[in-house]
Amino acid sequence: METAFTPWASLGGGALIGLAAVLLMALHGRILGATGILGGLLRFNDPADWRLRAALVVGMAAGPLVYLLATGQLPEIGLPISNTAIVIGGLIVGIGVSYGGGCTSGHGVCGIARFSRRSFVATLCFMATAFATVFVLRHLVEI
Amino acid sequence: MRLLTAVFIGLIFGLGITISGMINPAKVLNFFDLAGTWDPSLAFVMAGALAVAIPGYRLVLGRPAPAFEQRFDLPDVRVIDRRLVLGAATFGVGWGIAGFCPGGALPAIGTGDPVVFLFLAALIGGMLIARFVQARTLSRKPA
Repeated sequence: METAFTPWASLGGGALIGLAAVLLMALHGRILGATGILGGLLRFNDPADWRLRAALVVGMAAGPLVYLLATGQLPEIGLPISNTAIVIGGLIVGIGVSYGGGCTSGHGVCGIARFSRRSFVATLCFMATAFATVFVLRHLVEI
Repeated sequence: MRLLTAVFIGLIFGLGITISGMINPAKVLNFFDLAGTWDPSLAFVMAGALAVAIPGYRLVLGRPAPAFEQRFDLPDVRVIDRRLVLGAATFGVGWGIAGFCPGGALPAIGTGDPVVFLFLAALIGGMLIARFVQARTLSRKPA
């Protein structure tokens, strides 16, 4: 499944992601990491903290809807893979981000932006294995 | 007020993920498919995010405290250990299989696509498995 190269939209969207990270730090003093936000939603010992995380997720989920209002269509979710792959991939992502302490947003954007060595290493690791996994699945075993 | 700003920050993030194409697993997987239908867009997402977040964090973290809190809540772990490397590497494998990362999937809730909920259920399952295993290994360690 080919996808169009969208340098400007991706650069602009990326800038918004960066802006959101800076604003969350400036106002709430927190790292904007999807793993951390979701992980905290699975704990129920601090109601104020839970509400803040829930508010962030509500805002995030509103993104595609505002996009729909502005452009008349929902963003494309293209799936060149099976539901089985979604479930297996999701489980592995969940285990990996728990041990790795973050994902693309937390390590890849926020961590690198504050020059954390841990985040540099983590980002190199997950990028490398993602490239390797896609290469194996698409060109070696071809499922 | 705090919750309102959190919704707004979430929305900026969600719009960024939507516009940039990170919301679309087909596009993410194509970024990793150097030997096939390569789509370099995601490099531009990263570049856009860091171009804003690096100077933004520099500005914000130079201040004594965030607007709504007493202090910045930053990770203080510095050590680069097996846990970080293997965790991140594992995340990359799952990302390469499913094409969704946590930060892509949370805004994707807004599209209402059932596959997003399938991925999130598996992701949360993986996070809970990791949490369960970690709790057991910790409790087994001699004091």
